[in-house]
Amino acid sequence: MSDTTDVEDVESFAARARAWLAANMPRPPDESRRDPSDDSDEEELRRVARSRRLQRLLYDGGFAGICVPSAYGGQGLTLAHQLAFNEEIADYDYPTETQLPTFTPCLPVILEFGTEDQKNTHIPPMLRGETAWMQLLSEPSGGSDVAAALTTAARDGDEWVLNGSKIWTTGAWWADWGLCLARTNWDVPKHRGLSVFMLDMHQPGIEIHRIEMLNGSREFCQEFLTDVRVPESLRVGAVDGGWTVGVRWMLHERTVLGQSPYVTGEPVRRRLGQGPGGGVAPLLQRARDLGLLTDPKASELIGEVFAMSVVGSTLGSHIAEGIRTGRLAEDAGAITRLYVGTSAVRNASIAFELAGLSAIAWSDSEAELGKRGIDYLMRQAACIGGGTTEMSRNVISERVLGMPRERAFDRDVPFRDVPRSAPQR
Amino acid sequence: MFRAVGDQELFQETTRRFLEVEVPLAKVRDLAGTTDGYEPSFWRQGAQLGWTSLLVPEDAGGGSISGHGVVDLALVAYEFGLHAAPGPLIGTNVVAAALGRWGTDDQRAGPLADLLAGDAAGAWAHAEPAPNDGLGDLALTATRSGDGFSLHGVKSPVEAGRQAAYILVSARHESGPTQFLIPSNAPGLMIKPLHGLDMTRRHARLEFDGVTVPSTHLVGRPGSAGANIDWLLDLAVSIQLAEMCGALTWAFDTTVDWAFNRYSFGRPLASYQELKHRFADMKMWLEASCAISADAAAAMDRDQAQRSERVSAGKFYVGRYGPELMQDCVQMHGGIGVTFDHDLHLFLRRIVTDVPTYGTPGQHAARLTGILAGADR
Ligand SMILES: Cc1cc2nc3c(=O)[nH]c(=O)nc-3n(C[C@H](O)[C@H](O)[C@H](O)COP(=O)(O)OP(=O)(O)OC[C@H]3O[C@@H](n4cnc5c(N)ncnc54)[C@H](O)[C@@H]3O)c2cc1C
Repeated sequence: MSDTTDVEDVESFAARARAWLAANMPRPPDESRRDPSDDSDEEELRRVARSRRLQRLLYDGGFAGICVPSAYGGQGLTLAHQLAFNEEIADYDYPTETQLPTFTPCLPVILEFGTEDQKNTHIPPMLRGETAWMQLLSEPSGGSDVAAALTTAARDGDEWVLNGSKIWTTGAWWADWGLCLARTNWDVPKHRGLSVFMLDMHQPGIEIHRIEMLNGSREFCQEFLTDVRVPESLRVGAVDGGWTVGVRWMLHERTVLGQSPYVTGEPVRRRLGQGPGGGVAPLLQRARDLGLLTDPKASELIGEVFAMSVVGSTLGSHIAEGIRTGRLAEDAGAITRLYVGTSAVRNASIAFELAGLSAIAWSDSEAELGKRGIDYLMRQAACIGGGTTEMSRNVISERVLGMPRERAFDRDVPFRDVPRSAPQR
Repeated sequence: MFRAVGDQELFQETTRRFLEVEVPLAKVRDLAGTTDGYEPSFWRQGAQLGWTSLLVPEDAGGGSISGHGVVDLALVAYEFGLHAAPGPLIGTNVVAAALGRWGTDDQRAGPLADLLAGDAAGAWAHAEPAPNDGLGDLALTATRSGDGFSLHGVKSPVEAGRQAAYILVSARHESGPTQFLIPSNAPGLMIKPLHGLDMTRRHARLEFDGVTVPSTHLVGRPGSAGANIDWLLDLAVSIQLAEMCGALTWAFDTTVDWAFNRYSFGRPLASYQELKHRFADMKMWLEASCAISADAAAAMDRDQAQRSERVSAGKFYVGRYGPELMQDCVQMHGGIGVTFDHDLHLFLRRIVTDVPTYGTPGQHAARLTGILAGADR
């Protein structure tokens, strides 16, 4: 990961980061002063803009892309430096909205498979906060079986013409670029006819529809691609070799929750703190308001939420270390993913239980409690997004424990002959 | 899965080999029928390997391997769990740690030296029966009586309560929590062996019906033991967690092997998705248990809030999901899983015994809330 032999030692780097953060980085915005019910587009765009500014600040300070080679605008340091930086930045604001999936999986995929030109063109703007990326994987026909993508790219001279639809793309309406998996050959088995493209989201032919979730959020998008022209220079990896890219892509996606060398901040702890249920702080506050801090049942439940987040943060580094030392297969990031999903589900249930009847019917002043009810309705999202927990369990059993793979009906058959879902949408 | 580094590797390996040779599971079964559950020579040899000295400062005759004695001891405890090994590991180390930190010169010269040499075992008499079984409850009283103190109350269950020569008792004095080190033959002390689930470890009920002890038996000043007892509780739990992880690892690995080799409908159990998914959950519970347990041991030298946060999060998690993992291992075995002949129950018994010992998962979760609420105020 480093491209110099005499790398700055971690302690002096951390000291330098500490001083720089104190002088330059704002503290996190006070959540309590923000209206939690304000999930308007304007508010979202404000948060994105803030995130981009913070990223630029990191870049100017020499702390963006800590593990990215300096040739592409990064710092050329090691994971240990990134982890030290994450410790230092814990009490400050950081670019939350534009962190994922830009810095993982998109950035490492381009680093691993991009041409020199592609890396020079696309990585520095990511690090400067100028481009936010999306991953265009899931399709209306299915998301777990990613390699069964139906979106098709046909060659036309030195261009590719893309047609099809991608779905569940969080934040696509404000994103700049997308990494898109598409079928370039229907006459070979599923895994051998895919290619990966970089997609300028603002170009003609891409129509973005917002999808309303049951909680009212309109962050999810569906993209309809109609004769979208993509120059050959934006193809990543080999023609029909997209699954080689895809395998690494999924792997990097799972490091989101463990220790990614490219992600700034502490995703596991923060996500657990902010996930469904809103973390432990509001639960504590409510128990205090109601005089329930000494109630055994309430304090057990609150303690459980806190315990799950403490365990989650140690699990992330434990698994990452297991992978580094070779004790665990590289796919073991699926263990962390499963943990985050299942614990978020449990936390949402606890928060709902503690909110009492106000979670199902609330007055204006109880809006915060009503949100626990809505979070509970959305509970399973934590076990679906980023690949479902069923898929994680497949990965853990088959690739970490080495158990026999499920029987597949789509090997060695031309993809066009593979049975698939009835068309949707 | 507790990572040994440097000299710890050889240390852990030595303990592992010793346990493999001295207490293979067949031997564990033989010992199950004996009064004490272990042989004195086994314990003495273990002490020579360092099992009893890790938490004791060098000037008191102890010494750690890595400079962090609890982390070293966690490696031993993990091996104990992995081999379902008998022996008063937690009690002896808790008592030795207490004497090493707060003991008088006489206590260090006599009892501590015996514990370090493996010539005697220690027991921590802290938990009390219902209704005084809350975390932090202390009902046994110590009142001034002449030059010494008179103890009234009950401690139960006390692990190795009948095997130990030295017993560390926590008591309530008018000035606050107070600790005593008393010999097991103290006049008036009634030690009654209990029946128990665990085949490898013994428990006893200790009745103090006006047991008088001289002031020289005090460990620390009267009334000053609150924070110390809290530290000992965290210590006991952190060693217990490592042991639990060892036992869970044995059960999980054994059950994975079984799933690969047991066939049903012409294919191995390990090929059924329903079972694969349950193995995935078990693997997650196991990894998360080992992660937090290693972290809890490492946090024992930090300040109280950080230390207890890790320890209680660990006890909540391992205490909640450890038994689930064990019972799923039983389920995956089918009928043989509930037989006496299969070794699984040796580990199941230990895990189930550990769950409420030194605080239930629920009590530790509530303790976490107390820590949070305190820090937040
Ligand atoms: C919060 C959130 C964010 C998301 N962000 C993005 C994004 O940025 N980009 C993107 O491309 N997608 C994104 N998604 C989509 C997500 O990746 C898919 O929803 C997910 O992979 C499942 O695909 P599906 O919805 O088509 O369900 P399906 O694949 O149809 O699965 C339906 C059910 O069947 C189960 N199942 C399927 N196959 C198997 C099998 N082999 N074994 C066992 N069970 C199986 C699944 O686990 C699931 O329970 C996001 C989703 C959410 C909820």
